[in-house]
Amino acid sequence: MNRRTVLGWATAAMVFGLTSVASAEEPPIKIGMSMPQTGGLAGGGKPSLLGIQIWRDDVNAKGGLLGRKVELVVYDDKSSASETPALYAKLLDVDKVDLLFAPYATVPTAPIMPLVKQRGLLLMGNFSFQVNSKIHHDMWFNNAPWGPADSWATGFLTLGQKAGGKTMALLSADQEFAQNLATTAREVAKKLNIPIVYDQAYPPSTAEFSSIIRALNAAKPDIVFVASYPPDSAAIMRAVNEIGVGDNVKLFGGAMVGLQFAAVMESMGSLLNGVVNYNTWLPEPSMNFDGTKEFFEKYTKRAIEAKVDPLGFYIAPYGYAMGQMIEQAVNATKSLDQKGLAKYLRENTHKTIVGPISYADDGEWKQSVTLEAQFRGIKDKNMEQFRQPGKQVILFPDNLKTGELIAPFEAARK
Amino acid sequence: MFSIDLLRDAVVLGVLLGCFYAAVSIGLSISFGLLDVPHVAHPAFLVLASYGVYWLNDSYEIDPLLAGLLIAPLLFVLGLITYRIYYETFERRGSDAAVRGIAFFFGVAFIIEVLIILQFGVDQRSVTAAYIGKAWRIGDLRIPIRQLVAFGVALGLTVLLATYLSKTFMGRAIRAVAQDEEGLRLMGANPVRIKQFAFGIATAVLGVAGALLIIIAPVEPTLDRVYIGRTFCVVVMAGLGSISGTLIAAIILGVAESIVLTMFGASWAPAISFGLLLGVLAVRPQGLLGR
Repeated sequence: MNRRTVLGWATAAMVFGLTSVASAEEPPIKIGMSMPQTGGLAGGGKPSLLGIQIWRDDVNAKGGLLGRKVELVVYDDKSSASETPALYAKLLDVDKVDLLFAPYATVPTAPIMPLVKQRGLLLMGNFSFQVNSKIHHDMWFNNAPWGPADSWATGFLTLGQKAGGKTMALLSADQEFAQNLATTAREVAKKLNIPIVYDQAYPPSTAEFSSIIRALNAAKPDIVFVASYPPDSAAIMRAVNEIGVGDNVKLFGGAMVGLQFAAVMESMGSLLNGVVNYNTWLPEPSMNFDGTKEFFEKYTKRAIEAKVDPLGFYIAPYGYAMGQMIEQAVNATKSLDQKGLAKYLRENTHKTIVGPISYADDGEWKQSVTLEAQFRGIKDKNMEQFRQPGKQVILFPDNLKTGELIAPFEAARK
Repeated sequence: MFSIDLLRDAVVLGVLLGCFYAAVSIGLSISFGLLDVPHVAHPAFLVLASYGVYWLNDSYEIDPLLAGLLIAPLLFVLGLITYRIYYETFERRGSDAAVRGIAFFFGVAFIIEVLIILQFGVDQRSVTAAYIGKAWRIGDLRIPIRQLVAFGVALGLTVLLATYLSKTFMGRAIRAVAQDEEGLRLMGANPVRIKQFAFGIATAVLGVAGALLIIIAPVEPTLDRVYIGRTFCVVVMAGLGSISGTLIAAIILGVAESIVLTMFGASWAPAISFGLLLGVLAVRPQGLLGR
């Protein structure tokens, strides 16, 4: 072997070696997002992030996506709509992320919609409500099971009407999310021919609801639809328990955010009995899909360490499902091309731990899987009880139903 | 919709609500009203006290009000330290201390908020007690017992503080420092020490006020932001430094808010409160019972 041959082999070995190193050290796929980790929305933001982190760890344990590890780049948006446009610009221009997940909730997501539409980017939505209804971005896919805008009110008011309700009261927080719901509730009430005898929007700074509940009681409604945010929901329930809403009320609840969170449910305890409220996932027999049990085993362990909602039913599995959908789209298209991923997401049904998901043209679920469930047999100061089936009986939709409504409201509370 | 029954209920519930507002504002009446300290972290200390009450109630099943009394000495010390830092870093250094002091107390408020999040997480917390969730029934009027508790405690606090400030040596010294700090210094007293002590009392009072806050409704780390406007509104409307004025102003605010919530539009409630403040200040710039 002459010197030239040796040199040739050595060069070839070096080139091969470098190539191997390069493929072993391929940069990770960066998924960027802001998440409310402080401020009013942190109670939802933190479990959502934990769900996404569990997916990241699972997918990385399987070798990542396209042979590359998945890395999350996350900033705290402090639950503020004014923070998110700058944070997403930073994620795109400084961090150079490959894919975007939206922050939890409507308020921080709304201001980034024009940005992603303008740049033609795929955005996986995270429990927003109707943020794409005016923007019409064709690369938006919400992980929340709301479906059509009127699904929350339709499920609740249909149940109320079946229970003999003829009039309704509407109490809503004076804030975008709750007002969107209140608007659809008015439309559905009109469609179902249910007159509204009390309609109030309260300011988010309301500390005490006794006066409001007294006025609501005086209007003598049969159905009470409440669209409230976490601190208010608990305060409203206390006032309802003390002041009362009247014997004629058949159905109370609807869209009370907060009654899905472990700390609130534990502290409210027996006050929750009889309330029919929306939810997304519950430990009922009809809600178990491939991987659901394994997810909650992991979540329960990590939630204690992360000091987040110990139950995590409401948002966390949907964070995981959001990752699963991206995983399926990337694996199927073998690319990170945003248009290709969006096309795949739009045209296929995705198998997730919260059930099969397929999308309508507006990026919301084709069919609503927003549950209406009634609290039953809840005792005080016992969080573990909520892990058992039968504590929140699903009344709507019919395909997931696990029981019948107990009405009127006062009877259901006993 | 108008009915005499509704109006009666609105007034009764408003008086109770007003007493609760008085209890959470009374500390600020001392720190801001008497001492001229721009204490925008007052509601943050209030929420911190609520978490202390929550911890004692949750861990040892101690009644929230008793828990509030137990943490009061700790809050007193915290108040002494906070004022000393504020004095050394801001007040001592010049005439624009108030403006810069606002930044200081905003900083303190954010630190408290973050500490609460680190220790307790971001979820809402609430307490249990025999009087929470029950109502006293008189005919068709139902009065939440937790609000009656707030009513009694606010009255007690007002009487106690008003008596302390007018009848005791230290109380009179606190009033004196509020009126003429320089005069007090010339008489050989140390106004800084008196102000520090008064700030300690203003913070200690938050033990009981924090207990009422978490008795009335669940708390979460950022709840202080809701109470900044309301507490300052009560103190300014009362007349700076007037303890009995604080109770009267808070009751006026509570009744106005309750009537608006019950009989008109709930959305108008904050506007009515601050409209009332502007109205009072237009007629009496020094507030209802101002010095």
